Amino acid sequence: MFTPDNILTTTIDKAVRWSRTQSMWPVTFGLACCAIEMMAAGSAKYDLARYGMEVFRASPRQADLMIVAGRVSQKMAPVLRQVYDQMADPKWVIAMGACSSTGGMFNNYALVQGVDHIVPVDIYVPGCPPGPQSLMHGILTLHQKIMDGEINR
Amino acid sequence: MNTEVITISSEDYKETITNIKKDGFQMMVDLTAVDWFRKREPRFELVVQFLSVSKNLRKTVKVIINDENLSIPTITDLYPGANFYEREVFDMFGIEFENHPDMTRILMPDDWIGHPLRKNYGSGRIPVQFKNAPKVD
Amino acid sequence: MKSKKINRYNLKALKKKFEFWATNSEEGGWSISSTDEGSQKMLEVEDEKKVKIQTGTEIIDDFVVDEDSSDDERMIINMGPQHPSTHGVLRLQAELEGEIVRRVKPVIGYLHTGMEKTGEELNYFQGPTNTTRMDYLSPLFNELVFSLTTEKLIGIEVPDRAKAIRILMTELNRISSHLVALATGGMDIGALSMMIFGFREREHILNFFEKTTGLRMNHNYIRPGGVAADLPDGWQKDIEDIIQLIPEKLKDYDDMLLDNPIWKGRLQNVGILTTEECFAYGITGPSLRASGFDWDLRKSQPYSGIEKFNFDVPVLSEGDVFARWRIKVLEIFESLKIVEQVMYQMPKGPYKIQDKKITPPPRKRLDESMEALIHHFKIYTEGFKVPEGDAYVAIESPRGELGCYIVSDGTAKPYRMHVRGPSFCNLQGLPIIMTDSPIADAVAAIASLDPVIGDVDR
Repeated sequence: MFTPDNILTTTIDKAVRWSRTQSMWPVTFGLACCAIEMMAAGSAKYDLARYGMEVFRASPRQADLMIVAGRVSQKMAPVLRQVYDQMADPKWVIAMGACSSTGGMFNNYALVQGVDHIVPVDIYVPGCPPGPQSLMHGILTLHQKIMDGEINR
Repeated sequence: MNTEVITISSEDYKETITNIKKDGFQMMVDLTAVDWFRKREPRFELVVQFLSVSKNLRKTVKVIINDENLSIPTITDLYPGANFYEREVFDMFGIEFENHPDMTRILMPDDWIGHPLRKNYGSGRIPVQFKNAPKVD
Repeated sequence: MKSKKINRYNLKALKKKFEFWATNSEEGGWSISSTDEGSQKMLEVEDEKKVKIQTGTEIIDDFVVDEDSSDDERMIINMGPQHPSTHGVLRLQAELEGEIVRRVKPVIGYLHTGMEKTGEELNYFQGPTNTTRMDYLSPLFNELVFSLTTEKLIGIEVPDRAKAIRILMTELNRISSHLVALATGGMDIGALSMMIFGFREREHILNFFEKTTGLRMNHNYIRPGGVAADLPDGWQKDIEDIIQLIPEKLKDYDDMLLDNPIWKGRLQNVGILTTEECFAYGITGPSLRASGFDWDLRKSQPYSGIEKFNFDVPVLSEGDVFARWRIKVLEIFESLKIVEQVMYQMPKGPYKIQDKKITPPPRKRLDESMEALIHHFKIYTEGFKVPEGDAYVAIESPRGELGCYIVSDGTAKPYRMHVRGPSFCNLQGLPIIMTDSPIADAVAAIASLDPVIGDVDR
């Protein structure tokens, strides 16, 4: 396994960033239509396990990524913020779908017009609902963002 | 499929529903309200749909509600399934149901002010900001 | 109201069982004072109660049903709104006594989207865009009920081909919706392969939907006056594949679960819902049919020409979680029958009503005809006007009676649009089936009712 002939040199920055991307566990935060597509992305055909992400954690303490899948109502907003606060650092947020990104077609009294009013969002995935491919593209973009970004967050 | 529609006043409400239940309408399938703001007097109308599975019939009861106190007897003792519907109407229109077991808001948060589906309640639209558009506070 | 609750913690039966174990025979058995491991004498004076507890003739059980307990043994547990197995953002306040659920209160509204208010701002042409997002597992049913109500208000009939396409698409949607119900229900109880299986088969149907409507979910395909587009070329091939594939896979589910002792032990005699309770709480759909009452709106109050096709309505009599799971599998077979018949009997002709005031003209006519351009502009900016009146139309969605009540004041937008979601009503059955049963059965009970929170909160 570890032979003196093989030496791997890297910077600590790169190693940390790489390890952060390779097993990013999302917290289950399925709200509406997009949650079904998120589940579809996790199951047989699309298989998020390829990115080490199939473990949807029920507890926010064990999760790194929150995929806000669906519309966030005024009643749900405090819950969402609390779940986000309970997640351990470093943490990332993907706003999946038009509703959680901007409020979508429901511009009315009941919905928070974009989840970025409550939590900082890293990636917005458009679509109503975005297909599993779009979600995966969003996730890979987030990986790229982490690889290019700062280690301190 | 023809539905029988009857319109009654809120005083006859409970009695009519009792008779409907006796007539063999086993299910209350829907209960909602319509706000005729500035179109009709009195303003609110309750629309209740009944279904008889044995006779394969439907019946619609429209109840005109007095404007003064905005309250009407509950029918949860006859049809327990009316519970959620009456709470929804209370939440969305502000019509109170007397003797209801749990007359609280069901969809909106408890501290919400106003009743959203009334016609004089705005939809709460936030204007979309385009480039160079004047800022709206 | 009859109660068919099964007392799973019958103290007397347990006592009898343990007495038999302790004495080992009808004629006294061994004596308590000595054991057969040599001459080990027990103490002369022993507390009789202690001995009984040690030998198992008396059982100290915290979860005794027929004894009253003080209030301080009860505690309130909050399930949700962020919980992996509550099918969305349902929140339950459960009052527990030990492990037994004594009272449950579902707290809903965490997904309230104000769709009924939004529906008053969109015209009838845009309406299905809004309603399709209510019950996101069966979007086509929502579009269908809105379109049928609008058509009833205007007083028009859509062409035969449009009707047949509507039946084809909605029955396929029923299959995909039931597959998700089976998948998530299996996942909640611990059969994780079921989750993978259900979503795998659903993909085949969604692929067909994507080919036809352009979207996997939230299609906005069925519109007032017909459907948005004709079926794609070669659709028969796709349907044939689906008809061939799904029964094979359903056999896999049966092999895995039907005779599985764990699955049966978790589901049988759990969460019983009687027909009387269903009537009282307005519960319809598979839950009512699983309790032994034959009621299907497709048979009794047919819509969109479904009476032309032969199919059976599966009815089971147990009314427990197992029956509610089984009936969904059986209904998939019946839906496949309908889909097959529609495929062979698909009529030719237009897929939209030929009425210039309601149907927008085809795109290529806009280049040739001024009149077509005017109609196009009028329909897409103002919409069409609907005569004054109100109508309530109900159809059989995968979860029960889905109704739509529209009040029109003669303009192009509904004055009031209300949707009677089946999940909203069915959720009221949750306290009945969860009370006086262990907390472990709670998740099975929720999964069996199959509530879609988008439909509950709207």
